[in-house]
Amino acid sequence: MRTLKAALLGGALLLAAGQARAEGDLFLYNWSNYIPPELLARFEKESGIKVTLDVYDSNETMVAKLQAGAGGYDVVLPSTYMIKPMVAQGLLEEIDAASLPNFKNVKETFRKQPFDPDNAYTAPYLWGTTGYSYDSARVPGGSLPESWAPFFEPPPELDKQVAAMNDEVEVWNAAAYYLGIDKCTADKAEAQKILDLLEAQKPHLAMYQSDGTIDRMAAKEVIMHQQWNGAAHRTKEKLPSVVYVYPKEGLTLWGDNFAVPKGAPHLENAKTFINWMMDPKNIAEASNFAGYNNAIEGSEDFLDPAFKDDPAMSLPEGYEDRLRPTEDCSNESRELRNRVWTRLKS
Amino acid sequence: MRGWTRGRGLLVLPAVLVLLAFTVLPLCIMAYVSVLERGTYGGVEWGRHTLDAYVAFLFERDLDDSLVLNPDYLKIFARSFGLAAFTTALCLTIGLPTALYMATRAPKRRNLLVFLVTIPFWTNLLVRTYAWILLLRNNGLIDKGLHDLGLASGPLDLLYTPFAIMIGLTYTFLPFMVLPVYASLEKLDWRLVEAAMDLGATRVTAFRRVVLPLSLPGVVAGMVLVFVPCLGAYVAPELLGGAKVLMIGNLIQSQFGAARNWPFGAALAFALLAIVLLAMAFYALRFGAAPGEEKGR
Repeated sequence: MRTLKAALLGGALLLAAGQARAEGDLFLYNWSNYIPPELLARFEKESGIKVTLDVYDSNETMVAKLQAGAGGYDVVLPSTYMIKPMVAQGLLEEIDAASLPNFKNVKETFRKQPFDPDNAYTAPYLWGTTGYSYDSARVPGGSLPESWAPFFEPPPELDKQVAAMNDEVEVWNAAAYYLGIDKCTADKAEAQKILDLLEAQKPHLAMYQSDGTIDRMAAKEVIMHQQWNGAAHRTKEKLPSVVYVYPKEGLTLWGDNFAVPKGAPHLENAKTFINWMMDPKNIAEASNFAGYNNAIEGSEDFLDPAFKDDPAMSLPEGYEDRLRPTEDCSNESRELRNRVWTRLKS
Repeated sequence: MRGWTRGRGLLVLPAVLVLLAFTVLPLCIMAYVSVLERGTYGGVEWGRHTLDAYVAFLFERDLDDSLVLNPDYLKIFARSFGLAAFTTALCLTIGLPTALYMATRAPKRRNLLVFLVTIPFWTNLLVRTYAWILLLRNNGLIDKGLHDLGLASGPLDLLYTPFAIMIGLTYTFLPFMVLPVYASLEKLDWRLVEAAMDLGATRVTAFRRVVLPLSLPGVVAGMVLVFVPCLGAYVAPELLGGAKVLMIGNLIQSQFGAARNWPFGAALAFALLAIVLLAMAFYALRFGAAPGEEKGR
């Protein structure tokens, strides 16, 4: 049914694309509410290329549409973990992003990431991290070590005051970093270690919950919460004593990337657009709008001050090696992960 | 007359087509998906068959690759059934008196009451569940209200408990109990009750021997309408229960999401369907004829 629906949508799009397809077009397929309309208008003015925006709400939706053969898109923005599977399925066009003039602006950390070691297919758009935050006014001594330890083995004062995300990937990954295990492990003994850690943590947790983390922290329902950095930033606006932690054992770096679908009708325009977006001023506008950081050197000068001055948003100097990009794990590893999650909650 | 009857047969056609296209066909696809191999990037490998998904429901491979019984999924199923049964009982306890009250009002008043019962359907389930979060959480309306009245000390910790899930489910499904029970009580011939009392029955006896048996079709319908959707409930356990334990609905969702194991998700859904059908069949055989029998006496 889903394929059929995707095919119908794709057909409709092709018709629309067929009518509008001209030299100066760009068909952008992006997450909803993820790029400021004013920025696209400025791109149109500066480049003379007309942008048509279509939006999706999940990687799976976007990929299903491309798999169903919906042509007509020039630029898509898959999340990091989706890149490898898309390349493997032949859904992406090689664009040699590293050769684009503005690629020189990309920060070292965001070049040659494991999912695209030569930047043959992708250039980075916005990114964020999954660490945890705590209310420094309510922890013993007013601060905690920058480690996953207080999260997995909370001090007695924080008993039942800690919330984890209700997300098997994020919880498993955090445990794997803390234990120094590869998050894509397919080893049962290692999975058992992760399960043991999570089962020991569970009685001290208030809940597993990914929604409403900001309100929960701001309403002082819990003292500590596994959180995305953007959410932590907004929590701080309501409760200034909140601190976002980049655990020294590592934390997940997730992000979305510019890529070009195979057979894109306006390949050159796509490259022009991606290059334009790697300009510090332009990408900063996207960051300010979406509330997520970008990978472009020099964009700091154009960021809103509240954004720039918050360590949760601007990665502190020297913390680059703590970031662990998301990966697409093998089916064996996924199955193990799901079994650990199920047993944890059975 | 005959032509009319034949024509009437055609009237069901759209309903039958809709059922075939949107219920039977998807079920068939799901049944087929459950016996396929999982695809590397989600989805399934069409044409490659395996019963792995059904084996995985009961067994897991040990370190030496031998199959051992894995009670995890059964435990999750048992928990969901328990919760659904409790919720159904709670709905019946609240719903039966409510329906009885409604059915004994003047006809005009009844319509207003039915209208009031349906009001919750006007807003989205998610919104209503979030409202319960605001009510139940520490520093929320109930917690704060009881404190201010001096009736409680310290945080009540109502939210993120099985109790909160049950409140949420009961609230959601209560109308599904009230309406069918009301429908069968509304048609009740109250002269039968009068006759019973004339013959010396007390109010309790009249209720037990006359009203209750006659309302049974509505009660059974209500119980089914509450119990079955409760089994697959997803929103309330996730939002109100703190997600510390899994329910069937959440388990199935994760198979189609993060676990990327569609065949297993489909197999779980089918195991659930089979258990529900068995329970219904048992119920029909055991109690199915009872209400009609009572009526005939």
